[in-house]
Parts: sequence; C-alpha cells; structure tokens
Amino acid sequence: MTDIQAQIDVLPGLDPGAQLLEVNDLHVEFRTRDGVSHAVNGANFRLEPGETLAILGESGCGKSVTAQAIMGILDSPPGYVTRGEVKYRGVDLLQLKEAERRKVRANRIAMIFQDALSALNPVFSVGFQLAELFRKHRGMSRQDAKKRSIELLDQVRIPAARERIGDYPHQFSGGMRQRVMIAMALALDPEILIADEPTTALDVTVQAQIMGLLAELQRERDMGLILITHDMGVVADVADRISVMYAGKVVEEAPVYDIYARPAHPYTKALLSSIPRLDMKGQQLSVIKGLPPALNAIPAGCAFHPRCAYARDQCRQDPPPPAYDVALGRTARCHFWREVIGDE
Amino acid sequence: MFRYLIRRLLQMVLTFFGATFIVYALMFANQTDPIQALAGERPITDSQRLALTERYHLDEPFLGQYWHYMKGLLTGDFGISLTNRKISEMMADAWPVTIRLALIAIVIVAIVAIVAGVISGIRRGGTFDNVTLVLTLVVLSMPIVVLAPLARLVFGIQLGWFPPTATRDAGFYELLLPALVLGSLVVATELRVTRSAVAENLRSDYVRTARAKGLTRQRVVGVHVLRNSLIPVVTLIGVDLGNLMSGAIVTEGVFNIPGVGFNLFRAIKTEDGPLVVGFVSVLVIVFLMVNLLVDLLYAALDPRIRYE
Repeated sequence: MTDIQAQIDVLPGLDPGAQLLEVNDLHVEFRTRDGVSHAVNGANFRLEPGETLAILGESGCGKSVTAQAIMGILDSPPGYVTRGEVKYRGVDLLQLKEAERRKVRANRIAMIFQDALSALNPVFSVGFQLAELFRKHRGMSRQDAKKRSIELLDQVRIPAARERIGDYPHQFSGGMRQRVMIAMALALDPEILIADEPTTALDVTVQAQIMGLLAELQRERDMGLILITHDMGVVADVADRISVMYAGKVVEEAPVYDIYARPAHPYTKALLSSIPRLDMKGQQLSVIKGLPPALNAIPAGCAFHPRCAYARDQCRQDPPPPAYDVALGRTARCHFWREVIGDE
Repeated sequence: MFRYLIRRLLQMVLTFFGATFIVYALMFANQTDPIQALAGERPITDSQRLALTERYHLDEPFLGQYWHYMKGLLTGDFGISLTNRKISEMMADAWPVTIRLALIAIVIVAIVAIVAGVISGIRRGGTFDNVTLVLTLVVLSMPIVVLAPLARLVFGIQLGWFPPTATRDAGFYELLLPALVLGSLVVATELRVTRSAVAENLRSDYVRTARAKGLTRQRVVGVHVLRNSLIPVVTLIGVDLGNLMSGAIVTEGVFNIPGVGFNLFRAIKTEDGPLVVGFVSVLVIVFLMVNLLVDLLYAALDPRIRYE
C-alpha cells in the first residue's frame, strides 16, 4: 500500500483555506426495536486550528454520538445520520464514499477514547497497533514503522519506549495506556483530534498529566482539539470555547470565560451552580431536579423545560427556541436568555 | 512457563496411569476364563493352559497382572492380541490412515466453522445466519451412529458419489465422506462458538478504535476481530478431540476403514482385552498431548494468559 496522504489532498472541493471543521444541523438517530431514539438533534459548531472546543453535557446527551458521527464510525445499524453537514476544509464528509472517508480518519481527524484498556486490542502488542498505522497509511516497512512507533511513544513520554514497544495493553498502567492511545491518534499528524472523555477512567493526578500532555502536543502541532467531557473543572483549564449539549442539541456556545462568568442558558447556569465550591462549606449542593429526557420521548418545545426554573408556556410549545445570538461568537437556545444572563 | 510445563507433564503421567488402569480393569474384570476366551470353542491342553498362564501372568493377583502389562507397555511392548498378532504391528498399520482421516476432518471443520461462523457473526439475523442455524441444529441433533450409516447408504451406495469403504492406503477422496461425517460431530458447536465470538467482538471498543484508525473493513474483521474470536474456538478444539476419537470408532467401523477406531471397534466386539487396552493407552496419550498443545496455543493467542 502506498502513502495515501496525497489522495486526501485531491478530494473534490477540498480548500486549504476553508474552515477547519464545521458541523451544521447534525441529526443522528438510532433505530431500535423499541422505537427511534433521537440522539443528536441539530448540533452546530466550528473549530479553528489550534483551538480547543469543549463539548459539555451529561451522560446520554449525545456528545459521544456527535463525535462518532464526525468520525464516521457510528454503528450503523442502528445509528444513522439523518440530516446535516460535517465539513472538513469545505468537504462535506457525510457525502463521501466510505472508501474516501476512511482515508480522512486518522490522517486528518483522529480520535481518542475514554477507556484505553478496552479501546486497545488486547491480543496485539502496542507496537503492532501503532505500526499498523504507518504500514497501512504510509506504506512503510515493518522496521521503519517500528522505529516511528518508538519515536511516538517517546513523544508521549512513555519511559523506556524501546523496551515497551512489544508489551501488550494490559501490561501498562491506566495513564500509560491513555498515552499509547494519544500516540496512536497523533501518529499520522492529524489536524483535528477528538478526545472523548480522555481522562474519565483515570485518577486525578494522572488526569492532570494527560491533559497537560494533550495541551502541549496541541500547541506544538497547532491542532484543533474537540474535548468531550462532563468535567467542568477540566474544561475551565484547557478549553477556549464551550458547547453545552442537552438532549442532542447545543443549547449554549460561548468562549470559556463568558460562560463561567455569565451563563446565558438555564441549563448551563444550573450545571455551574452544582459545582461544589470551597466557600459553600456546610451548605447543600444545588442539583438539577429530574432526569434528562429519554431520547425517544424528547418533550416538545425546549427540551429542558420540565427541569427549568425559567420555563413558561412559550417554552413548552414548538417550535423549540432557535439559537439566539447573545454576543459575537456566542449563542444560546433560550427564549429568555436576557433574563438568565442578567439574573446574576 | 517451564514450571507449568513440568506440572502439566506430571499430571499427564497420573492421568495416563489412571486411565489405563480403569480400562485394564474393565477389560479383564468381565472375563471369567481369559484362556478359554482366547481359545474360543477349541479344547485346550493343560500344558497350553500352563504356558498361557505363564505368558499372561494369570496366576498372579490383578495388580500384579497390571504391573506386568504396564512394564511391557512402557518398554514399548504392547503384547500380543488374542488373534495372535503383535499389537505394535497392528498399530503401525492402523495409525497412518486414522491420522489422515482426522486431519482431513479437522481441516474441513476449521474452514467451514470459521468461514461460516465469521459470516453469520457479521450478518446476524440475515438469511445466511438463519440457514446455518437450522443446519447446525440438524447436524447437532443427529447422533453419529445414525449419521454415519445414513451418509454411507445415501452418498456411498445409492448415489454412488463416494466410495462406501476405504482401504489402508486410502487417499483424500476415499476418506472425504467419512471425514465429513466425523467432522459433523464438532463442526456445529465450533461454528456457533465462532459466530457468537465474532458477534461479541464486533461490538467491542477496540473495533471502534480500529475503525477510527482508518483501517479497511477487511483488516478490522480479518485481523482485529478474528484473532480475538479464535481464542474460544481453539480451546474448544482441544475438548472436541475426545468427541472426534469416539466418533472415529463409529465412523471407521461403518466405513470399514482399517484404522485405530476400526481396530478398537472390532476389539471391543470380540472382547480382545490386550488390543483394547493397547489402543486406548495410545489414544489417552494423544488426547493428553493435544490438550497440552491447545493450552499452550491458547497462551500464544491471548497474551493476557500467562502460565506459571
């Protein structure tokens, strides 16, 4: 197999000057025996080189599904992208044939997963799983691929990379395994990295190391990073912009400082006030009452209205709130955003 | 690893003695007068009786007899069958054709079970999957004592597609029908295990990673999924070997293939004690060795398994 890097450059419509990544009105549904689940209902966001976009939300709000739809690795069936665009440098990836789309993966858009132990193949050495990328995408010989793999493990700071290249995933610690995952994602110098809860399975000190490593590698490579997480602490440290998702929709998008200072959506606001703070010692933590809606029975109007303190009749009726422009580069899907934002 | 091997080999020695002891006891315990059984209807003189008693140590207690027999066995002397042939010669005649039969059967089973298992694992609930489900159920529910004569009758005699018997020097084609019958004993379970392993592995996280790496579907299934799915299948082959052995007794008996199973079949029918014990002893050794190999292969396939 030859180097397929060049084959991506000639994709029809590819424009190096266009937006790095643009997701417009993405809809994903899962068709199961129990009915249709609307996992993503119009996700919108864009990403610039070197920028970190955090996608924040509770479990089951559609963040991981969005990421998988961008990568094109949804399990289909049951998952289907029903509407929308995923534009990489002007090319709508959803319109590409699978054979072409496959070349974009790992070469231009790479992904790391939450649990590195199950995300790595247990019966192949990490060296094999890394070298595979160079051999299949760059046409390298086994020896060259191995040499590159060792360099990569060095770059993600795995000690004694040369000796460990033949080890299997279960022989690494959790943090080291996640480093292997990162090495694997960065092997082919992608322009976009999607990290799906990269630190959830790790303990706090290792979390910080991994986030630090990611930030550093991102800076070196001027890579766009999409960080999917439910950890607001992690987000505050590393993200440039935040998209808050609820029931498959981006309900608020804003630069990180603005969102922490003045949230414009009741959901974001409720999330922020549920973070424990030192000055709240002895008080009860505030919680968001109720549960996120089941994805096969999303309420009419604004999906958040059953749990929302600001909800009025308008919120309970379709059409759902559009993305109101709150400020430059800042949107919120709430009819009463002015009230929410000024209510501090 | 080395210690594990030593331990396993020692266990094999114990198993070997246990198994041969039981078979020996069973074969000799139900004989009232082995010398008369040997002679059949013919009258026997006192001097002959004395000589045979001497040769088989019949005047000694049972344990003594077993001791003498094992001494012979361990020095490579299998003794003489009641038909007065050297058992070691009969084995040299019988083993090659049985090994050919077993190899053909195992290769057919491996190809059919893995290919069909992978396809039905990928297309769960599809036509192919449902058809193989029905077929495997039919094969599973048909005991070999029915299947073997039926296959011989239909394909060997009525349709005449295959020769209904095989000789000592039988080639691939002559052994094909008996091998298919023999393989049918284990192919169904191997296929079902492959199918469920593939179906399960396809849903696993590392498959998603492999796809995110931009690998082709052939590589994801053919390398990543297959390697993981073969682990339970290989383990099962070791267990199935015992089934194959007992199946070979029936199959070779029905198709008149002068192999190990055929000899054993005849020896059991004619109550030829030394012959039964001799052949079973070797089968026990083969079974133990193959299972040890399977366990070692298991560790080679799955690096998470370490023996100490």
